[in-house]
Amino acid sequence: MPDAPRLSLHVPEPEWRPGDQPDFSHVKIPRAGTIRRPEINEKPEDMRDLAFSIIRVLNRQGEAVGPWAGTLTDDELRDGLRHMMTLRAYDARMLMAQRQGKTSFYMQHLGEEAISCAFRMALEPGDMNFPTYRQAGLLIAGGYPMVTMMCQVYSNDKDPMHGRQLPVFYSSKEHGFFSISGNLATQYIQAVGWAMASAISHDRKIAAAWIGDGSTAESDFHAALVFASTYKAPVVLNIVNNQWAISTFQGIARGGSGTFAARGHGFGIPALRVDGNDYLAVHAVAKWAVERARRNLGPTIVEYVTYRAGGHSTSDDPAAYRPKTESDAWPLGDPILRLKLHLIARGLWSEERHKQAEAEVLDGVLAAQREAEAIGTLHTGRRPSPRDMFEDVYAQMPAHLLKQRHEAGY
Amino acid sequence: MTMIEAIQNALDIAMGDDDKVVVFGEDVGYFGGVFRCTAGLQKKYGTSRCFDTPISELGIVGTAIGMAAYGLKPCVEIQFADYMYPAYDQIVSEAARLRYRSAGEFTCPLVVRMPTGGGIFGAQTHSQSPEALFTHVAGLKTVVPSTPADAKGLLLAAIADPDPVIFLEPKRLYNGPFDGYHEKPVVSWKKHDLGEVPDGHHLVPLGSAAIRREGQAVTVLAYGTMVHVALAAAEATGIDAEVIDLRTLLPLDTPTIVASVQKTGRCVIVHEATLTSGFGAELAAVVQRDCFYNLEAPILRVTGWDTPYPHAQEWDYFPGPDRVGRALQQIMEA
Repeated sequence: MPDAPRLSLHVPEPEWRPGDQPDFSHVKIPRAGTIRRPEINEKPEDMRDLAFSIIRVLNRQGEAVGPWAGTLTDDELRDGLRHMMTLRAYDARMLMAQRQGKTSFYMQHLGEEAISCAFRMALEPGDMNFPTYRQAGLLIAGGYPMVTMMCQVYSNDKDPMHGRQLPVFYSSKEHGFFSISGNLATQYIQAVGWAMASAISHDRKIAAAWIGDGSTAESDFHAALVFASTYKAPVVLNIVNNQWAISTFQGIARGGSGTFAARGHGFGIPALRVDGNDYLAVHAVAKWAVERARRNLGPTIVEYVTYRAGGHSTSDDPAAYRPKTESDAWPLGDPILRLKLHLIARGLWSEERHKQAEAEVLDGVLAAQREAEAIGTLHTGRRPSPRDMFEDVYAQMPAHLLKQRHEAGY
Repeated sequence: MTMIEAIQNALDIAMGDDDKVVVFGEDVGYFGGVFRCTAGLQKKYGTSRCFDTPISELGIVGTAIGMAAYGLKPCVEIQFADYMYPAYDQIVSEAARLRYRSAGEFTCPLVVRMPTGGGIFGAQTHSQSPEALFTHVAGLKTVVPSTPADAKGLLLAAIADPDPVIFLEPKRLYNGPFDGYHEKPVVSWKKHDLGEVPDGHHLVPLGSAAIRREGQAVTVLAYGTMVHVALAAAEATGIDAEVIDLRTLLPLDTPTIVASVQKTGRCVIVHEATLTSGFGAELAAVVQRDCFYNLEAPILRVTGWDTPYPHAQEWDYFPGPDRVGRALQQIMEA
């Protein structure tokens, strides 16, 4: 083909860079309540449309509308709001603590609170999450003690992981929260294995896998989809699409695929997209997918469309790669304000009660912080013993390691 | 110049010299890398020569091998050495053996850069030193610089090399030398003698060690961050140590090592990676073979403990100047 034009490399670019004015008006966002709710035993090939839409429950007026509404009681909704407020207040204090040098590193959830907080409410005791570093709402909503979370962040003497792990890499079997690896995507496939184990054991437990938009590029994600598809594993395959993987916009990982959810189609896995900033929609879709898994109908992919309003971590400054105004321009709003509006619209809440709740939540977080800091922070107070560094490498310490521990003076 | 700037400078020179040099990895394009080593390169050379990739280390190295075989010279970044494992199959089974299995028909002139080592409270997933996993593989070359000038000169040599090179950048040395005294204020390379970086085409050939401190009493073999720790230990103990910075682990500058140990009769090996099956074991084997009759004491190794790299106990894990100093004293008393 000597006449064919010369080739060139296609490198996707985000629509806006620092200095540009973001404008999401062309982004198609379905009106709340307009997306159908299939039966949980509907065939995957009959619900492909759901991978290209966005399931939403809360409308602009704060009303819950459509077939996905009505999965939560009034008390549960108020609890949900409090969970999200608590997570946000906790994040703010820990972020500040990192800036004050009380720990080395922190990762916040700003704008993504609804996803892990609401998902947790769709699970049963015994179910297991394989989270990334941005799902602490699973712990907050699950009643895990905040002081213990802070002790982990501070790597102090009461850190359940004995100071071995980076801050926010929590672990709690009792609370259905698998130890966080830190290497991306590695645990997505392990969640499938956990779910297969439940099926092999004729148990009733299910697993939930978590991954970010960027990490779906890792092979582990694709392996997880193959195995989940082949063995119809009782697992919910969550993809949190917060638009940014550190500095890399979601188009780099998504490539030519219309959506991340649509990745499931090649594997015959039902895939739903949901408004990740809509607490009610997240809960309804999570409940649907969890029930599907529990009834042995197989895996479901859920893509949560959201926005990482903060930096990737305390080591990151998003102003270097995206417009500062992009977060405000994001069309799906703030999950806390949206649920608050809903509760007020239903007469279950008021501005006054919200202010009061904010103060109560902050008091609780501050009290927990005082308690944790009285034990110690990364550089002060009671720290894990260096002797402990040699434990848990193996069930029984081999002779060579014992010798090294002695050499270290312990 | 910092080590980050020196690496950026080397990449800039290599890309300016040769259109075949391409640079890519996670966050390396617009943003210029999480450590800023590729800052400005996309703007200068365009998105098809410096670009962001999906988060797939396998994908980064696998595509780089394809490009290298085609005739390009990819110099890719793995964001942390700890993230390298998904790419390990591509590195070990593919890049390392392509020349051999095709009898030279296909080759792989590829550089894989990755930040290595601890000292930044990065815990188990941002602190590892996996050099021995590469030196154990036939067909790979492995480089670890300890100064900005060497980082530049060795990186230019690595890019010019016809074979795959693993280029490990000690991240604790990116902004300044680090001697292991973690409570002392950080010194910038810009205020340090070793922060001088020659302009232009500065080359440091692969396979040549540097003697950082001449001495008569004991030879210390080190690389990367540990070179500075060894120098601090020699200073603190007053022991007249000869500190050799290996710079390239494979090919290894055996003549420089052997000449030094034959002179001193004592050898301490220092690395941050875990002890068992670490590169120190290879060095000890070389020294005992070639210097057996010169040795006046058993060879000692000072390394990270055989545990994962902890967070809170970072400085209990890190083999700092006190531990190296004790080994120097011990070997002098032997």
